[in-house]
Amino acid sequence: MSAVLNVSALAKRYGELQALRDVSFRLSAGELVAVVGPNGAGKTTLLSIISGIQSPSAGTVGRGDSEGRWAVGWVPQASALYSKLSVIENLELFAHLEGIADMHAVVQRMLEQTGLAQRAREPVGRLSGGNRQRVNVALGLIGDPPVLALDEPSAALDPGQRERLWEFVAARVAAGTAVVFSTHNVSEAQRYADRLLVLGAGQLLFDGTAEELLARGSESAGGDLERALVCFLGEATSVAEQRSGRAGGQ
Amino acid sequence: MLREHDLSWLLRKDLLILRRSRLLVALLIVYPVAIALLIGFAISRGPSRPRVAIVDETAPGETIAVGNQRVAVGEYARQLFDQVQAVEVRSRAQAIAKVKSGEVLAAVVIPSDLAARVSSATEKAQLEVLYNGDALEQSLVQSTLNSALAQANLGFSAQIQKAAGGVISSLLSGSKLGSIGAPENLIGLDRIPPTLSTIVAHLPRGHERTELERIAAFAGFAAQNLSLSRNVLATVGQPIRVNSVLLRGRRTPLNTFAVVVATSVSLMFVCVLLAAGGVALEREEHTLARLVRRPPGASGSLISREALLVEKTLLAAGCAFSISLAMLAGIGAFVALDWSRVGLWLAALALGALAFGALGVAIGVLAREVRAASLLAFLLSLPLALLALVPSGSVSGRFYDAIDAISFVFPFKAALQALDAAVNGASPSIGLALVHLAVLAAVFGALARVGLRQVE
Repeated sequence: MSAVLNVSALAKRYGELQALRDVSFRLSAGELVAVVGPNGAGKTTLLSIISGIQSPSAGTVGRGDSEGRWAVGWVPQASALYSKLSVIENLELFAHLEGIADMHAVVQRMLEQTGLAQRAREPVGRLSGGNRQRVNVALGLIGDPPVLALDEPSAALDPGQRERLWEFVAARVAAGTAVVFSTHNVSEAQRYADRLLVLGAGQLLFDGTAEELLARGSESAGGDLERALVCFLGEATSVAEQRSGRAGGQ
Repeated sequence: MLREHDLSWLLRKDLLILRRSRLLVALLIVYPVAIALLIGFAISRGPSRPRVAIVDETAPGETIAVGNQRVAVGEYARQLFDQVQAVEVRSRAQAIAKVKSGEVLAAVVIPSDLAARVSSATEKAQLEVLYNGDALEQSLVQSTLNSALAQANLGFSAQIQKAAGGVISSLLSGSKLGSIGAPENLIGLDRIPPTLSTIVAHLPRGHERTELERIAAFAGFAAQNLSLSRNVLATVGQPIRVNSVLLRGRRTPLNTFAVVVATSVSLMFVCVLLAAGGVALEREEHTLARLVRRPPGASGSLISREALLVEKTLLAAGCAFSISLAMLAGIGAFVALDWSRVGLWLAALALGALAFGALGVAIGVLAREVRAASLLAFLLSLPLALLALVPSGSVSGRFYDAIDAISFVFPFKAALQALDAAVNGASPSIGLALVHLAVLAAVFGALARVGLRQVE
């Protein structure tokens, strides 16, 4: 399958802090990839660079080998919406700013896909967290980007809202959109993602399926992906420390 | 890149948000107007007359004799009553009680021996002033009462001068001499020299004629000097008059200056609060990053940072301009303003609004929340406005230089000068103030752009 996103040797430095180092991966059309890792691993930094919120210190984010229109939609962790405006007003504003020609048709389609057509005239501030997040995702998708980056999209949602959100995202993936999302919820990553990227201390430590990660984890994990991830991160960290120790001794 | 159509959509969006934030809009209008009116009243109205208890211990109807004239001692109390908000009390004890209770700021006791002391010409009459309170209050009471007592003294001394002048006139003219205890049928000092000259003309030369000529010369000299003494009395009463000459600038009536101050304060608050809040709202709603992010491979962001700042500045400036103009026109119904200068008003308000808007967006980029931005804008604006109103000479030279430098780098003083020049034709010229405002708008706009580099 052709890649729609090519991340190559990405690095980000904030003064003395190396937030990302030499991160490379590819994303194909219709693929759903989860970025997991502990706090401070660089997940949000990676997604913010892919989305164009920040620029990298080194490396590139490119379109891969796909052809045609290319763009990256972005869904931040906190809803980036005008709470005093209605759902439809938010969608129309960003549809216009995105330069969408058939604005009204696109907005109607987004309202139908999010299931919010009945509440289109309600101010966003009055919606539940789940519905706000659906509008938030809809804004990320309004320009119909081939790639969508979601930063912890289900963090503030209850199980029911989370289920509906993933149904919505899954429909987009089925339509060919490549989605990369960050999460702390390993079972969610296991359930929905085709592939997992494990970040630790700014480095890409693992790129593969949940099954492959389980296989890399210790036997004590007993098929539990969360345990397997913890064991994997522990081993990876000690290996990294040994390497840096050797490097320091030389 | 600045796309006009996008700008209009952003403006439309912000106006919709404003329309739905009724409390915010009400506060944005009511609060600055209230502050502006308070400052305007404080400047245009002089200090109110202090409330003072007055104990008049002199006998009712008692007078001081000045020759054939009598000056009522009660006249002094009346003069004092005119200078203060008088509360008449019967005794010193009552006066002390009122001062202690805070009902009056101070008490003045006019002693019973006032007439005797003034009449004695050897002793000065003494008043007793009673007050309490903290250092500030004491200073206020002292300065206010000193001024009031000086005015009362001046008025009372004018009454005595008038009486003394009447006596001198009687001595010179010889009319009503009986009323000052002189025997009847005496002639006035003025008539002695011509009368004596007539008699001398009929006398033969000799010792008696020479003596009478000397008496006539002295009488003429005495009459001249007595006549002069009336003028001397008036001069002693008010030895120096003040003639004010304005060397630089145009005289601005205090009430129209107060209008200008009130409008400038209103313009500043609406503009700075709205611009700062507008930018901070984009951060608070997390929409700033969505608007200005530049996705890899894209030709640009949805909205450039410059366009966003311009939109926020224009929105705030437009709202503040409208409110201030309405305020100016509203006040114009009560205070005589020169409506032929309305073109200059518009120029001053427009440039002032742009400079305040630029300051507002510069404050807004520093804050992540609307409340923090509003607080910051308020904390910065109010002292700057007050500093700009400090008159030169009221503080030490170096301190005033520092105040002047601070006022120069913020838009309030320039806006005040521009509006004062536009409304009252005051100097410095409006052109200079408008250029100053344009430069400040550019500087604060540039600072805001630098501050907006980091969005998340």
